[in-house]
Amino acid sequence: MTETDTETGTDADTAGTSIPGALTALLLLSDGRFPAGGHAHSGGAEAAVADGRIRDAAGLADFCRGRLHTAGLVAAALAAAATAGLDPLALDAAADARTPSAALRSVSRRLGRQLMRAARATWPSAGLDALAAARPRGAHQPVVLGLTAQAAGLPPSAAAHAAAYESVSGPATAAVRLLSLDPFHAAAVLARLAPQIDATARTAASAAHRARTHGVSALPAASAPLLEISAEDHAAWPVRLFAS
Amino acid sequence: MSVTAAARIGAARDRYGGTALPVLAGAGPLALRRTRAARRGEARVTVVGAMSGPLGGDRLRIEVDVAAGARLTVDSAAATVSLPGRERRQARYDVRLTVGEDAELRWLPEPVIAARGSDLRMTTRVHLAPGARLVLREELVLGRHGEEAGHLTSRLTVEQAGRPLLDQELAFGPGAAPGWDGPAVLGPYRGVGQLLLVPGPTPGPALPLPPLTSRTALAGGGVLLMSLAPRTAFAQSAAAEVAAAEAAAAEAAALTG
Repeated sequence: MTETDTETGTDADTAGTSIPGALTALLLLSDGRFPAGGHAHSGGAEAAVADGRIRDAAGLADFCRGRLHTAGLVAAALAAAATAGLDPLALDAAADARTPSAALRSVSRRLGRQLMRAARATWPSAGLDALAAARPRGAHQPVVLGLTAQAAGLPPSAAAHAAAYESVSGPATAAVRLLSLDPFHAAAVLARLAPQIDATARTAASAAHRARTHGVSALPAASAPLLEISAEDHAAWPVRLFAS
Repeated sequence: MSVTAAARIGAARDRYGGTALPVLAGAGPLALRRTRAARRGEARVTVVGAMSGPLGGDRLRIEVDVAAGARLTVDSAAATVSLPGRERRQARYDVRLTVGEDAELRWLPEPVIAARGSDLRMTTRVHLAPGARLVLREELVLGRHGEEAGHLTSRLTVEQAGRPLLDQELAFGPGAAPGWDGPAVLGPYRGVGQLLLVPGPTPGPALPLPPLTSRTALAGGGVLLMSLAPRTAFAQSAAAEVAAAEAAAAEAAALTG
């Protein structure tokens, strides 16, 4: 296994790594056009728009802020821990315990399976093969993301960054369709969140580092009751634009 | 002057098929009373607040050990109100619950209310042996009537036979991560309740849930009900909803045997 971990995450080690092509690998992995199936999911934004919790760009910003510091932080820490070489199956069980909503667990595993397919074709690795064999119906997406980052030569902090960014870029993109929101406004929401996304990725990378000595229970478990409750309801809608 | 106190409850099966309490040691503000159990074979302990609190800087702890085959219910006489106190330091409240094989714990405390200006970190860690049964309720209220919330972080970690079953942390109030009162986390709601049933009731007919409530099966077994409530008068809203959901779940269990 490649061991590219550094100390806790810093902006510098996210961007700069000694492995040629790693920075571009991070761009590729975070690109909404990377064929990992994320475009079909709104990260809870569809349910939030339907019951009036998001009405405009300001509401989207509030939603993204809350999601970043809860689901985003948890996903980023799981991803960083997988990149850092913690047992992927223990991380997969930790993700289950941190996702009480059965609907959200099923979404995370479906996204994990889709990312696994894309990742094995793009950055083949023994770590991805082993996880795919152990969880043929899909491991949790952040765990797959972390092993993908490792296969691409990225450090844990970069995996955390990709997961933290993804936790808000999905809802922002979905809101453009759901609310006919101006795409410029959605992009501005993400740009204004950038310092918090960076900080969340750093916190997640530090937690992953600590988990190497204290075990996976040291990873964050921040919960978002509205996301959990509305996801169960959304999964039962007969007609919807997004799968979650 | 802050308080450090640790209360302990130990329950064990006695030779008549009932439950004895070989350890019942209250401490500081955590006074313990043996109260009348509702069901045969069970013991019940009520936590009686001997003083208000926790206050800033206090460190309270309750340890409960239910040995193999014993059945225990723990409840409380009143809500726990987290208050600022003179010391502007964080208070801690740590709950450690251990349930042995074929033992049962019903942990049903009254709500924890985070009063304005308070700062409390709660941790609840539950270790379940294989075959252990648990009913656990946690209700958190954001401020007393008409006031803003204090800072509260509550982490609930449940493992069964060494495997993680549930690990959730909720944080709100001044000092919590931004977005806690936004549309992804708690929105405008002032109370949040969770009810965990391990094992979960056998799935029965689909029962209607109150609004803002979900009922979900955990990956490792067990069922979690989660409920949000609009007002601080939690006892009349979410708690009642959670209780109704619990009754519905119990009813479902009875229906399906």
